[in-house]
Amino acid sequence: MAYVIEGETGDWELVIGLEVHAQVTSKSKLFSGAATDFGAEPNTQVSLVDAAMPGMLPVINEKCVEQAVRTGLGLKAKINLTSVFARKNYFYADLPQGYQISQFEFPIVGEGEVILDMPDGSTRTVGIERLHLEQDAGKSLHDQHPSKSFIDLNRAGVSLMEIVSKPDMRSPEEAAAYVTKLRSILRYLGTCDGNMAEGSMRCDANVSVRKAGEPYRTRAEIKNVNSIRFLQQAIEYEARRQIDVYEDGGQVVQETRLWDSTKGETRSMRSKEQAHDYRYFPDPDLLPLVLEQAYVDEIKAGLPELPDEKKDRFIKDYGLSTYDAGVLVAEQANADFFEAVARGRDPKLACNWVMGDFAAAQNRLGRTIDDPVVSAADLGGLVDLIADNTISGRIAKEVFELMVDSGKAPAVIVEEKGLKQVTDTGAIEAAIDAVLAANPDKVADYKGGKDKLFGFFVGQVMKSTGGKANPALVNDILKAKLA
Amino acid sequence: MSLDKATVRTIANLARLEVRDDELDHLAGELSNIMTFVEQLAEVNTDGVQPMTSVAAMSLPRRADEVTDGNCRDKVLANAPEQQDGFFLVPKVVE
Repeated sequence: MAYVIEGETGDWELVIGLEVHAQVTSKSKLFSGAATDFGAEPNTQVSLVDAAMPGMLPVINEKCVEQAVRTGLGLKAKINLTSVFARKNYFYADLPQGYQISQFEFPIVGEGEVILDMPDGSTRTVGIERLHLEQDAGKSLHDQHPSKSFIDLNRAGVSLMEIVSKPDMRSPEEAAAYVTKLRSILRYLGTCDGNMAEGSMRCDANVSVRKAGEPYRTRAEIKNVNSIRFLQQAIEYEARRQIDVYEDGGQVVQETRLWDSTKGETRSMRSKEQAHDYRYFPDPDLLPLVLEQAYVDEIKAGLPELPDEKKDRFIKDYGLSTYDAGVLVAEQANADFFEAVARGRDPKLACNWVMGDFAAAQNRLGRTIDDPVVSAADLGGLVDLIADNTISGRIAKEVFELMVDSGKAPAVIVEEKGLKQVTDTGAIEAAIDAVLAANPDKVADYKGGKDKLFGFFVGQVMKSTGGKANPALVNDILKAKLA
Repeated sequence: MSLDKATVRTIANLARLEVRDDELDHLAGELSNIMTFVEQLAEVNTDGVQPMTSVAAMSLPRRADEVTDGNCRDKVLANAPEQQDGFFLVPKVVE
């Protein structure tokens, strides 16, 4: 079912393309030896290159090049063995050079793709147009002084990858799924930490609307979107705004709009300046970046298993559903935890526990996978106790909560609390006999045709044994006795 | 190629140069002369020739990913007309 927005003149379709700026994980900047750590004292991570002092020359960080190639390979993209750095010229207080070193005509990475995992388990492919390396700008603080802006250049010159998608997304949910998946891939690759709150991943959205079958209409670019939730809200708001403009007889103008998360609206950045004219030209300080195919192949050989491959393997080897596999592989640490629990055990049972009671407890207690409520070994131990019939699934839930509270191993808890499942047929028979003897009227009703009473007898037996009777044995013996 | 006054005004604005209206004619003439001079290159047939990006027969030098610079705030701020708490202070810029 395609996503449409109903207007007065009929249904409208959304066209969305995203530009993601991902900060490259590296110790030093793209063209200088200054550090990249987040949250340092202002202007302490600034070299004279970053401050654009006269005569300073940029020298490229080989790690940033490697990270861009890694990312390109992870996006199944074409790696361009020759790429060129260009100057993008504009004036702003936090850009001391007066230009940003970027790549324009010849980016390091060409076309690739990202496969989206939608909430209903289906997948969609979104094309990548390009990925290029560029410098970040500094940070401006406008609220510290009545007539001055404060400038911190710590971020100036930090390496970014600008990842541009094709206009392949058709709903806010797809845009969210794209950013989620891209973030997951970057984190697997170790090329960007994906921390949107600290700004290491930022997103601009190009949004337009059209009637079904039409060519693309004019788009607006929305900036300043710093969470996936805001991205969805901003796209929804902007699409609705454009539809209203068209339906009131107006035209959408191509412009940059800012997302205001407090007001929940986009608004035009009414810049007095005429349309941006960046006057790109090849940076004379930098020769073309030329890579050897062997270098690219070596990086390719070192790529980790990525989310899509892992997901396929989980479905194939463990028999998990598409949805379960998709959720488990989104974060590498979660996938690793699951595999530690599942190794040598029933994978579906392991999956149910990891995604069920374990995930619920993690959420409830606000824990991360690096600091789990129970260790993978202990959760595996619990699965073992269920699998070898030491405890029933029901008792296991009780044991799990005790594990969370006490940190003790499951076998210890079962022993201490006497929760071992009763598989002694004699004991179960005795419990059943007692229940049947206490309820002669219900036994008569059952034999008279009230089949549903079977559940009542099972319940009574489980109750009298404190839930410890093996449910399968109870069923079998009860059936025989009531026959 | 000759540039008109409006184009010269745009170029000046992009470069943040203040140019008086009575200077525009003169500058348009000078810039047009420069353009005409450079345009002579267009007479050379360059079909199928790769653009030359450098006269130096060398590849882009690279450095290892090590922190070797920075931590010199006093130097960085030394020429700033105004500073406070380690920040540059500039006239308020808000979009």
